[in-house]
Amino acid sequence: MNREDFDKEWIVRLVLLLFALSSLLFLFIIFIFILTEGLPLFYKVGVRNIVLGMKWAPTKASFGIFPMIISSFMVTFGALVVGAPLALACATYLSEYAGKKTKLFLKPSLELLAGIPSVVYGFLGVVYIVPIIREHLGGAGFSILSTSLVLGIMILPTITSISFDSLMSVPSAFREGSLAMGATKWQTISRVVLPAARSGILASFILGMGRAVGETMAVIMVAGNALKIPTSLLDPLRTLTSNIALELAYATGDHRRALFSTGVVLLVIIMGLNLIANFWVKAKVAK
Amino acid sequence: MRVNPRLTDKIVRAGLTFQALFTVGILVLIVAVIFVKGFPYVTAEFIFSYPQDMGRLGGIFPSVVGTVFLGLLSIACATPLGVGTAIYLTEYTKESSLTRIIRFGVESLAGIPSIIYGLFGFIFFVIKLRMGWSLLSGTLTVSIMVLPTIIRTSEEAIKSVPKNLRMVSFSLAATKWETVTRVILPSAAPGILTGIMLSIGRAVSETAAVIFTMGSSLRLPTSIMDSGRTMAVHFYILAREGISMEKAYATALVLVCSILIINIVAYYLMHRMIARYS
Amino acid sequence: MPFSEKLAEHFRIERPRIVVDVQGGGSSAGIQACINKTVDIGMSSRELKGDEHILRQTVICHDGIALVVHPRNPTKDISFEKIRDIYSGRIRNWKELGWIDRNIDCVTREEGSGTRGAFEELVMGKSAIHDSIMVQDSNGSVKEVVATDPYAIGYISLGVVDSKVRALSVGGIAPTTENILAKKYRIVRPFLYLTSGEPGRNAKLFIDFVLSNEGQGILKKEGLIPVNE
Repeated sequence: MNREDFDKEWIVRLVLLLFALSSLLFLFIIFIFILTEGLPLFYKVGVRNIVLGMKWAPTKASFGIFPMIISSFMVTFGALVVGAPLALACATYLSEYAGKKTKLFLKPSLELLAGIPSVVYGFLGVVYIVPIIREHLGGAGFSILSTSLVLGIMILPTITSISFDSLMSVPSAFREGSLAMGATKWQTISRVVLPAARSGILASFILGMGRAVGETMAVIMVAGNALKIPTSLLDPLRTLTSNIALELAYATGDHRRALFSTGVVLLVIIMGLNLIANFWVKAKVAK
Repeated sequence: MRVNPRLTDKIVRAGLTFQALFTVGILVLIVAVIFVKGFPYVTAEFIFSYPQDMGRLGGIFPSVVGTVFLGLLSIACATPLGVGTAIYLTEYTKESSLTRIIRFGVESLAGIPSIIYGLFGFIFFVIKLRMGWSLLSGTLTVSIMVLPTIIRTSEEAIKSVPKNLRMVSFSLAATKWETVTRVILPSAAPGILTGIMLSIGRAVSETAAVIFTMGSSLRLPTSIMDSGRTMAVHFYILAREGISMEKAYATALVLVCSILIINIVAYYLMHRMIARYS
Repeated sequence: MPFSEKLAEHFRIERPRIVVDVQGGGSSAGIQACINKTVDIGMSSRELKGDEHILRQTVICHDGIALVVHPRNPTKDISFEKIRDIYSGRIRNWKELGWIDRNIDCVTREEGSGTRGAFEELVMGKSAIHDSIMVQDSNGSVKEVVATDPYAIGYISLGVVDSKVRALSVGGIAPTTENILAKKYRIVRPFLYLTSGEPGRNAKLFIDFVLSNEGQGILKKEGLIPVNE
């Protein structure tokens, strides 16, 4: 390698380093801007009044988002209740029972279906799920139930995919050993394989939760967007994400800042979830 | 009474099979409904003519163009950065605290929900940088959104290039950069392309981030500062405002088909790469 | 507002070289954008308040706000008081209005909306809209909810009303153009085009077009009340 090549390598390395640092730069800028717009209101009005405040009336200086925090958690939990068991069952079937050909066909199909845009889920939820709930269960149809159903279906591919990977990475020796000791297939799965894949499966749940908590458009379409904390499964609700999207276009001044504050709270929740998920996965890899 | 474990086994197997079919079934049903309800209205005219009366009549051409532009431009911005980052992380450094921090940055970016990107893009590109609602604002925002995906998939692709290829290249006195560009990237190309295709799919189905940065103008975007709609945004508006159910389904069908085709191509490329090395 | 799109469409036929780009957003946003000079013309669907008056305003038309219900709903008339009671959460069941025993699915617009602002000012007065009431973020989506839910009630711009919903008469007065012009139906607000100082040349041409017979004709077809009648 001559001098010219050597210099060129040095430049290339520098440029690539800058490229790599760009991700950090973007992350930094995003955080800075969201925080710059969102934090001032916390100082002005008080963190308590926003995070624990019960009334959202931003044009009248009331910025309480507590009902929305609760609602976000409720539908996320609801989505898990709807989606996780089904997804886990699907992943278990795929990993433990399905033949190679079925695996080859179904896994990519699932991931293809994961590409369906969220607005399509929301639309079908409005057209099919909301009226059914309204006619047969009562309420306006726009409710925790409809939102949980739509979100639950949306996170099916995510949870199935990751749980499947987790289950597949359990060494076959585990299964063989268990079967050799006379356990049935289900006993093997439930007592050996699933526990072994536990952290990966939990990580998939948390990632699914993350997706549900961050979903916006589908939720706006089926949740009804009422401000009160819902007291029944059939009550309408508003999540943190919907709040931002509903009013961002029209908001000015403190109203807009309050939406950024909502964004800050949302970010905190999601970053928290991601950190937990990462620790689960890291713990699994360390094992 | 103790239940016979073999019986439990059979019941469980049936139950799991049913649930798996149910899961896949729901998702297939969604695509099927869109197909059945939308297909009658998807004609060449629909795709290539302009919307009239807010989209109640006419076609979706401007939003098709908007979608294509947004998809291609975001990829054009994100790919160099993404592949460059992947190359740096795999070829030019060892694992260190710097790489851990960078990876943390990438993972964090990946975890940020799209509405926050919309919020950020709106305040930063549209307002502070005075780009207004435009293809430019939308592209820049979406590029950052898909960057993590490109980095991840490129890294995977580059890592799976066999070590001996590199060694052979060095033994022939190639520089590192020459090795990267002439040996590694070509081998990793299918995998990298997979990541690019998946990112296009994501960019195209995004709504929250796009609606607040690119706007929702019905006009055909002819310059980068023009506002416009993507098919996802157009579909969202048609559906919510009840403008036209038929057009909504038709738009959804075109959108879903585009994404499915993009993903299928991505998987084909990925399998070609796997086949190459096994 | 959708009618601005229509006006832009027709203006383009007359003056193909001038491009009118219509962006969505509500009254507060339109007013702010105008003050910040990020747009040539800002739109508002409510009166200017306080220091917003530094902007130059042109009334381009008037619009009634109609209370709408599903066509299957037999209710035809409603009083101001009953509207207030429903939206403040005091009345929750249709049987209190003479229909079946069923909860009222009430819909309002979001905070920051000019339509909501006008509704609160002209109808609600001192009563606040209750927390449990569902929110949609555009006339179209409110109408869509009312059109698909037999037990819903909402308020939308009169210009958006069509056969999918029924507009109620308020206090015996039906929300028609005649009644608005005769000042009998009073839930009315002005649509304003705002400029920061004198409008620029192209902006002025567009505003003149909107105020012309052709422009006003387009607005009238959209169900809005022209200014020069």
